[in-house]
Amino acid sequence: MLRNFLDRIKPRFEKGGKLHFLHSTFEAFESFLYVPDKVTVSGSHIRDALDMKRTMITVVVALLPCFLFGIYNTGLMHYAALGEVKDFWPVFWYGCTKVLPMLIVSYAVGLGIEFIFAQIRGHEVNEGFLVSGFLIPLICPPDVPLWMIAVATAFAVVIGKEVFGGTGMNIWNPALLARAFLFFAYPSRMSGDAVWVADAVSGPTALSAMASHAEAVPSVSDLFWGLIPGSVGETSKFCILLGAAILLWSGIGNFRIMFSVVVGGTLMAWIGRLTGSTDATVLQHLLSGGFLFGAVFMATDPVTSAQTNCGKWIFGFLTGLMAVLIRIYNPAYQEGMMLAILLMNTFAPLIDYLVVNRNVNKRRKRLRSVQVQVVNA
Amino acid sequence: MEKIIKLRKGLDIKIEGVPDHSLNAPTVAYRDYAVKPVDFYGLRPKLAVAAQDRVQAGSVLFYDKENPQVTVSSPVSGTIKEIVYGERRCIREIRIEADEQIEYKQFDPISPEKFTAQNVKERLLEAGLWPYIRRRPYDIPADPEVRPRSIHVSAFDTAPLAPDLDIVVHGQENFFQAGIDALKTLVDGKLYLGVHRTKTASKIYNECKNVEIRVFEGPHPCGNVGIQIHHVQPINKGETVWYVHPQDVVIMGRLFLKGIYDATKIVSIGGSELLHTGYHKVLAGLNVKYLLKENLKESETSPRVISGNVLTGRSIGVSGYLGAYDHGISVIPEGDRFRFMGWLTPGFNLYSYSHTFFAWLFRQRRYRMDTNVNGGERAFVLTGQFEKVLPMDIYPMQLIKACMCKDMEKMEDLGIYEVSPEDFALCEYIDASKTEIQRIIREGLEWVRKEVE
Repeated sequence: MLRNFLDRIKPRFEKGGKLHFLHSTFEAFESFLYVPDKVTVSGSHIRDALDMKRTMITVVVALLPCFLFGIYNTGLMHYAALGEVKDFWPVFWYGCTKVLPMLIVSYAVGLGIEFIFAQIRGHEVNEGFLVSGFLIPLICPPDVPLWMIAVATAFAVVIGKEVFGGTGMNIWNPALLARAFLFFAYPSRMSGDAVWVADAVSGPTALSAMASHAEAVPSVSDLFWGLIPGSVGETSKFCILLGAAILLWSGIGNFRIMFSVVVGGTLMAWIGRLTGSTDATVLQHLLSGGFLFGAVFMATDPVTSAQTNCGKWIFGFLTGLMAVLIRIYNPAYQEGMMLAILLMNTFAPLIDYLVVNRNVNKRRKRLRSVQVQVVNA
Repeated sequence: MEKIIKLRKGLDIKIEGVPDHSLNAPTVAYRDYAVKPVDFYGLRPKLAVAAQDRVQAGSVLFYDKENPQVTVSSPVSGTIKEIVYGERRCIREIRIEADEQIEYKQFDPISPEKFTAQNVKERLLEAGLWPYIRRRPYDIPADPEVRPRSIHVSAFDTAPLAPDLDIVVHGQENFFQAGIDALKTLVDGKLYLGVHRTKTASKIYNECKNVEIRVFEGPHPCGNVGIQIHHVQPINKGETVWYVHPQDVVIMGRLFLKGIYDATKIVSIGGSELLHTGYHKVLAGLNVKYLLKENLKESETSPRVISGNVLTGRSIGVSGYLGAYDHGISVIPEGDRFRFMGWLTPGFNLYSYSHTFFAWLFRQRRYRMDTNVNGGERAFVLTGQFEKVLPMDIYPMQLIKACMCKDMEKMEDLGIYEVSPEDFALCEYIDASKTEIQRIIREGLEWVRKEVE
């Protein structure tokens, strides 16, 4: 029935139809409902069942544990700060009232802009924002005013993505760009020394406690399970690892980057500990803040990270290193993950260039040696 | 035993309808044949016959405008029924109605000890078999004026639903060896024969003389001659390498020993839409309707008949003709249907290289795959995917992008001379952005060829 309806209204959006100017929008909704009936014309007659929509949805599924836990934790922190003990559902409900509006605003603004740009360019709507828009609420503290999310999302999509040509062409991770925008435009609202836990109550984050050598650093188990204040999605390391497992098993996420980020971070935390620059243990560094969340969901963005396999190792390692370096040695920023990833995003094309150049030089050398042989003969 | 070249990267697609090992002889008289000049990519055909002309098996049908000594001849004797033209008067098909008893044009046989580069080349050109020698780079018929660095023959085919090349040469030892000996005279370097460690069991290959045997192991595209060349000795700028299909080597061997162009081929027929898969003994250029008659399953979807394999073949329709370089026919369902909420459904029956559909739970299963693109065309987003199925020391994404922007220097630097579209077929298959990669590579190669020559 739905199919019949779509078939009936389709001609209006096709070339020459009255609503042709909305064809990208129609295509987006139609392909949301049905995988198109397009068959292969040239090249391979069969194609893998995986398409961009499925790819993006897999990432969203991997984010779901973090998202659901984030909702619960937001409620929990709220009532804990007020000194009340509630059942699961009221806590979860409170979290929903805080987090869901953030998600809705982020999607509405971001997808709205995407649709407009796709329409202007005559492209089909790209699915990339399904993930970016899901990530934005997860990396913001729960108290960020909704208008700020709207402004930051608009900034990230327009300046971070569309000016470069849209999905696949951007240099920086759009979700992180949104957070960076908030961080620099409204610094008092983001995790500084104090972070929102409940209305009118604020407390220190684990990282700011570490930076000020305070005694109140949460225990490793709290850090791992995530019952601590922080940005919505980043607190539970258990859920993040669950997400990582989904990404790796499905073949969408990249093992090289995740692993090398952790290696880089471990190395730097170890050096920091050895030189006495930080009181936190290596494990605390890895488990606190957005380190793991960044390693699993942000640094692995295939568009903005290094694209070559060898480059991915280097990219990940330097990201981890840089993140902990910023944490330890830069007192102004307790959290270095966001800046580290954005910085390495900037350098990713350079890393790729160097990696590819090695292959190019190898080929040129081979050619030269053959030419020398010919001359000698 | 020699060192085995083990390739890990690649993918054996689990598609339904692998040809079983039965060999079928013709049950009715096959009368309808055609030679398709469009198959000989890189030749500019000029007709040597007209409709209603009589031809013998081995009579020249057309030749190359640029190089008139390169000819293609008729696989059967009979009458030219029709010449089918396509867009801009390109010659699509030369249809021939075959005689019941094939009449061969006689050439003088040459015995193997008398092979010289001169007489082998002349005989192949004369009998219209020359274009079955193809060259890298560019993946086009070989130029008789050039002596190649080496010649490669791949003795196994790893493509989905591809014929078992042990079967197709079975019983043709003498002809295969003669063909190899003849080709050997055309090359200063070596003649390499790529065999599979486990799949190649035939003595014809393993005990072949006058060749350098290289043993390979791995999933598709390990059987692609381009991959083998890359691992034996990669092609540098300015070098030329030739390659020939084993079955064409046999046909060449027959030409030298028997003095006739006997185009008998064993072709495989496979795919999920067939009642009986298997092998058929036919002549080149046969109309596939004979093989599909009473052999197609009843189905709601129409079948797509492909000459060649499902990754690189050409769609020919239910009464099309077998392609010149093809040794198999694949029949799969058309995929012109909508799939509801494809991004959400668990997908127990959807095969994917990734584990994003629950079909990965069933490891042993084979799938009825159709021709649906399975998604819309998008910008490149995922990275590191192509590398998993291209066992070459080449950066596929970077090379594809260089081809797209026609950057000559980058293409050369990234190895355009070492690749052909078929090597990128799997990249095209797994690409989630649904880009037409084989077309991009072909256009890139064409562009380089124009710039260089």
